[in-house]
Amino acid sequence: MAHWIEPHPTGIYVRPADAWIDPSLPQERALVTHGHADHARGGHGHVWATRETLAIMALRYGTASGTAVGYGEEARMGGVTIRYVPAGHVLGSAQIVLEHAGERVVVTGDYKRRPDPTCKPFEPVPCDIFVTEATFGLPVFRHPDTGSEMDRLLAALHAHPDRCVLVGAYALGKAQRVICELRARGHHDPIYIHGALERMCALYADFGIDMGELRPATGVPTKDMRGAIVLSPPSALNDRWSRRLPDPITAMASGWMRVRQRARQKNVELPLVISDHADWDELTDTIREVAPTETWITHGREEALLHWCMTHQIRARALALVGREDDEDEG
Amino acid sequence: MRQFSQLLDGLIYTRSRNGKLDLIAAYMRDAPDPDRGWALAALTGNLDLKAVKSSAIGEMIRARTDPVLYEMSRDYVGDLAETVALLWPKREDQPAELDDGSLSLSAVIDRLHAISRAAAPDALAQMMDHLDSSGRFALLKLATGGLRVGISARLAKTGFAQAFGLDVDDVEQVWHALAPPYTALFDWAEGRSGRPDPEGTPYFRPFMLAHPLEADSVDLTDYAAEWKWDGIRIQIVGTGKETRLYSRAGDDISGSFPEIAQAFTGHAVLDGELLVRGEFQGGEAASFNALQQRLGRKAVTAKMMDDYPAFVRLYDLLIEGDDDLRALPWEQRRARLEAYMAQLPADRFDLSAVIDAPDFEALADIRAGARDAAIEGVMLKRRDSPYVAGRKAALWYKWKRDPLTADCVMMYAQRGHGKRSSFYSDYTFGCWTEDGELLPVGKAYSGFTDEELKWLDRFVRGNTVNRFGPVREVEKTLVLEVAFDSIHDSKRHKSGLAMRFPRIARIRKDKPAQEADTVAGLRKLVS
Repeated sequence: MAHWIEPHPTGIYVRPADAWIDPSLPQERALVTHGHADHARGGHGHVWATRETLAIMALRYGTASGTAVGYGEEARMGGVTIRYVPAGHVLGSAQIVLEHAGERVVVTGDYKRRPDPTCKPFEPVPCDIFVTEATFGLPVFRHPDTGSEMDRLLAALHAHPDRCVLVGAYALGKAQRVICELRARGHHDPIYIHGALERMCALYADFGIDMGELRPATGVPTKDMRGAIVLSPPSALNDRWSRRLPDPITAMASGWMRVRQRARQKNVELPLVISDHADWDELTDTIREVAPTETWITHGREEALLHWCMTHQIRARALALVGREDDEDEG
Repeated sequence: MRQFSQLLDGLIYTRSRNGKLDLIAAYMRDAPDPDRGWALAALTGNLDLKAVKSSAIGEMIRARTDPVLYEMSRDYVGDLAETVALLWPKREDQPAELDDGSLSLSAVIDRLHAISRAAAPDALAQMMDHLDSSGRFALLKLATGGLRVGISARLAKTGFAQAFGLDVDDVEQVWHALAPPYTALFDWAEGRSGRPDPEGTPYFRPFMLAHPLEADSVDLTDYAAEWKWDGIRIQIVGTGKETRLYSRAGDDISGSFPEIAQAFTGHAVLDGELLVRGEFQGGEAASFNALQQRLGRKAVTAKMMDDYPAFVRLYDLLIEGDDDLRALPWEQRRARLEAYMAQLPADRFDLSAVIDAPDFEALADIRAGARDAAIEGVMLKRRDSPYVAGRKAALWYKWKRDPLTADCVMMYAQRGHGKRSSFYSDYTFGCWTEDGELLPVGKAYSGFTDEELKWLDRFVRGNTVNRFGPVREVEKTLVLEVAFDSIHDSKRHKSGLAMRFPRIARIRKDKPAQEADTVAGLRKLVS
């Protein structure tokens, strides 16, 4: 079925529209689900994406030719109707809904089902072919309630007023979400951020996401950061950069933190299981909910999800997309 | 259970020694009785449960979940207990991440005590349903008999002592008079009763330890010299009715060397070196490697005892009858020891000779001449030194033979090449920082025999905590004595040190990782 859509190692090709979804190589016409680098690459001829995603891509790759597509708007492209629907992953993230020849295909990009104050919630769209991610496609991955993780973060902060809590969080999405969750829990102190987070936080603020007072962590006397929360990209956690922080408690916000050894590998003392990807239950519940005739699994631990589909009489196949290896920092 | 499972998680994630001590101390103060006593038993390795087999746990999880998904999960996570703890599907009406508080640690221990092999999967499953994932992890670790949270018995006792402002050596002294859940210990610690009386029980006394000799010489009118033997430090404690043997770490190793324990019927405490009779060490003591064959075995066969006959070379007498000699000068204790020897069977006990040298230069010559005998070096003991616990400056020195050696802890292992390609034969080892962290100080892939390589390979496979491609990270428990020609400053390594020609001199199964050398100590050897 749906012979008009073709999975290739470098992306998904929509033949009648002559366009690629999340291509990993530069293409003339690219439909991009969201701004993370493994989905949004630079160098395309023309990009169709949400306004937010285009802004994120411009920040990373410079301004390029793009068409902003609003959530829910319909566009026609070579006989294919295209619609962008919220994916609940990060600011501007979208599922791409394609209709052609009486068939409907949904490409999720990345998604999650839990509330996120920085983006619109995932909308399930019933379809014939459901193209899903599987980053956390193993039943050991069950993300706990976000609130309980934030409570642990604040408890550690309050228990050590002379130290700071350094939270490793991916620069696009996770960092801003953690800040907003903290604000929602009544934490209104200034939050210090690593230089690599500044531009993305400013972009979120431009789109109306209120993150309260953020201060650059660079050039601040060590003593000012005692009892404060400091955010950095995960790569900076064990870096020279963190040495001048006041005896930091190293935390990391990621779905990978569910596995003890993963946390220990990264020298994380306070693992926070907060993920922008669907966990096992969300993946399987979503497949049941959209009830596709066929499920395509793009990246992650596709084997287990494939097995699950098989045992639940759901037709499924794994797509071997390149460039979507485990990005440990994201998650 | 939640308090205990949170403690375990904390110990797993906390890197610094002081941080771990704070966690243990806080738990010991706050947790209710008898939970905290059972926790202390678990942390010190004194919890004597019939271990539930991992196959029973596999059976339990397969009955609850898709076996294929379980296998895939196990492949990914690695650790059995963690996989099952994370994967465990609770019954529909229960939230997955809630410890409902109905199971206390002591209730869990009681059930594990009573469990029969056949009933184990069901009984465990029932408990799993009341716990959150941390609780399930703790339960499975308890049930399979190895907490593996990277702390030694000594560290747990130190944490306990810190909680109540006690001296850890004082705790150590009463320890062996007590049994889990240590009610009398907590009563004493919190002032409800007097100090538990260890008299009449064969309890462990902390060893006196030596500093490496750094000065160029010492005056032999002040110091006596003895050989430093290449065996295992051992303490013999006899009450007249019962005899126990303790290792450096205070572990009871009587079961591994029953012939020694049986041969000693006196009422005394002695310090000496456990050796195996053989062709080395002046034709009397076999190599340390032979001794390794006897270590760590709970049951010893008659053949083992015949092949590797053990004896003890004595060098100190701490207590004779009711007479505590520890405050006396070494010379007087030595005289008492020499007199005491007469009553001991000569096939199991002999006396470590004092080296007769007129001055330090002569001693250096004798030491150099002893190069071929499997002697580790020379001990220098102040003639007026009392027997005091731990390492006290300027009392005892160890003067090891060249080359330079350091006791390091194995951290990572990598597969070798060629004929060794199926063995983990390249080892990265580390020493301790002041903060109680291990920093890698070098890498070695030679120095061991083929037999030792097989043993090391098994150790790596059985103690893997992490895999990074071809590299495995192991439990930081194995001490490797590393020999090297020299050590230099290096900007390439985090420790700031680089060894020249490091090789594995010995595997120190007897030495607790906590007692391995420090980075600061290594730094003093920099040339």
